[in-house]
Amino acid sequence: MTAIQTEVLLQTLISGVLLGGLYALIALGMTIIMGVMKIINLAHGELMMVGMYIAFVLFSWLHIDPYLSVFIAAPFLFLLGIGLQKYLINPVMKVDSILPENQVILTVGIGMVLANLATIIFQSDYRQTPVSYGTKAWYLRDYWKDSPVDISLSMPWTVSFTMALLITAGLWFFLTKTDMGKSIRATAQDLDAALLMGVNVERMRVVTFGLGSALVGAAGCLFIPIYYIYPDIGGQFTLISFVITILGGLGSTVGAIIGGLILGLFESLTATYVGMGWAPVGRFVIFVAALIFIPGGVASLLRSRKFGK
Amino acid sequence: MKKHITYIVLGLLALVPLLGLSSYMMHILILVIMWSVIGMAWNLLSGYCGQVSFGHAAFFGVGAYTAGMLYSKLGISGWWGFPASVVVVAVFALGIGYICLRLRGPYFALATLAMGVIFRIVAENLVGVTGGDLGIMLRERTWIDKTWYFYIILLVAAVTYYLVRKIIESKLGYYFVAIREDQDAAESLGINTTKYKTIALILSAVITGFAGVFYTNYMGYIDPKVVFALHDISIITIMVVMVGGVATYWGPVVGAIIMVLLAEIIRSIPKLGTAHHTLFGVLLIVIIIFLPNGIVGDFSKLKRLFGMRSPAP
Repeated sequence: MTAIQTEVLLQTLISGVLLGGLYALIALGMTIIMGVMKIINLAHGELMMVGMYIAFVLFSWLHIDPYLSVFIAAPFLFLLGIGLQKYLINPVMKVDSILPENQVILTVGIGMVLANLATIIFQSDYRQTPVSYGTKAWYLRDYWKDSPVDISLSMPWTVSFTMALLITAGLWFFLTKTDMGKSIRATAQDLDAALLMGVNVERMRVVTFGLGSALVGAAGCLFIPIYYIYPDIGGQFTLISFVITILGGLGSTVGAIIGGLILGLFESLTATYVGMGWAPVGRFVIFVAALIFIPGGVASLLRSRKFGK
Repeated sequence: MKKHITYIVLGLLALVPLLGLSSYMMHILILVIMWSVIGMAWNLLSGYCGQVSFGHAAFFGVGAYTAGMLYSKLGISGWWGFPASVVVVAVFALGIGYICLRLRGPYFALATLAMGVIFRIVAENLVGVTGGDLGIMLRERTWIDKTWYFYIILLVAAVTYYLVRKIIESKLGYYFVAIREDQDAAESLGINTTKYKTIALILSAVITGFAGVFYTNYMGYIDPKVVFALHDISIITIMVVMVGGVATYWGPVVGAIIMVLLAEIIRSIPKLGTAHHTLFGVLLIVIIIFLPNGIVGDFSKLKRLFGMRSPAP
């Protein structure tokens, strides 16, 4: 392998890891909702889109940095998620119908409304937040003159990745160390047992949906400096988070993080070595392969955690 | 009367072209019947067998592309797509079933959704085979007049209706419903659930493929974004059945009438046109919360609702 080839490979791996960290954050929101409520939230990507537009509006009107708007978008989405769960999803969970998938179809309806409202308000143009540090990067040769390969590290990507890590760590702290986090995990593991132990299951569901929405809203803010937005962007992120959730093992948070990294790496490898247009196909190849070869996901390989069956 | 309602409706529909309706009205009618076919196909798999699919655009698109590629690659009429699509769509459905039927409930739903998207992306990128985003254009239409198209899709719909009815009233249909109600119980009673789910999937896929073949020949132009569309095909398919009535014979027809008319009406109002997904979404939410079994399924509930206003008998 020549130096150039090594350089390209290393660069691809680095961008894969950076992308994977962000993917993991998106998938975490879906995973905890899936674990506690046992439903797939198909409006997940649309909630992220809402987060992205909040960051966009705050940036273009009030010149608030997208990284700061995490602290505005996340609470807003938390409330939005609570509202959706309380007034739309909860009533449907009680209604009797032939198809048990009604809640999933309901989230599709919510997603459609959100995406279409965004189209009406913001038009379907592609938009960006031109942050001043958008193209800044660190180069390895600047710090180590005789390095055999030159690798660059884009500043916004690195900052987003670091913040995603911090948020993930915060979530881990919340789930393992606080009372409410423990209650949420108990609800996910065994609903009836949690109920018998005096956990307010209904409240945990509402909080979890809010929390999942807040996580994906935060991810939206982290994505905005390095990506562009348009109202229909949500669908692709819903699929990404679903693929990661399958890859990681349904409802497993550790699995979601590992799954996110694998997907990020694989996607950036396909983009470099097969072609940009095929990157989404690479994502689904992983998905199909995961379904056939490791149906339980990474979590089943780890055997560290198990939620039901 | 009630026994013969199907024949009466069919007979009346067959007489419609004699009315001399405008070309636009015929177009609407053809769309309604086409969506009824897709709805009935989806209903077979999802309504009766309980395997909710979010990816019927994949089968619709494969059917459409079978017809389109017969024309563009082999130079024969797109109508040969009808026999050819049976094999092609069945093979694809078998593959999708092998992968997706390992999953249950909502996970199956999302896996099929992913399949629909994969098909679109592959069709967009395999430029040498499908023509990519340029799509396929049939240079000469079979008929200028819409009458024959109407009769062809009506025949497809009639056959589909008959087939669905026969299947559901046979042993196979009872297996499907048993799987929907409780898969583990069905399995323990000796039903090979994987086999019957695959049968339901293939039947549903082939019928949807037929609609796709018809679409190519009728519209004369297809591209991946149109025939593999997530919102405009897969989701509308679900809405047609949800609105009309899940697991009812006439639900998809009622749903197709409502959805096609609604889409046309919304599109014709200026300003409101861009909001049609919002209105569809709201309609979906309202239907799921208040009429979870659709208009046909919850007809008694609707009757009671409106009956309350009239004086008590």
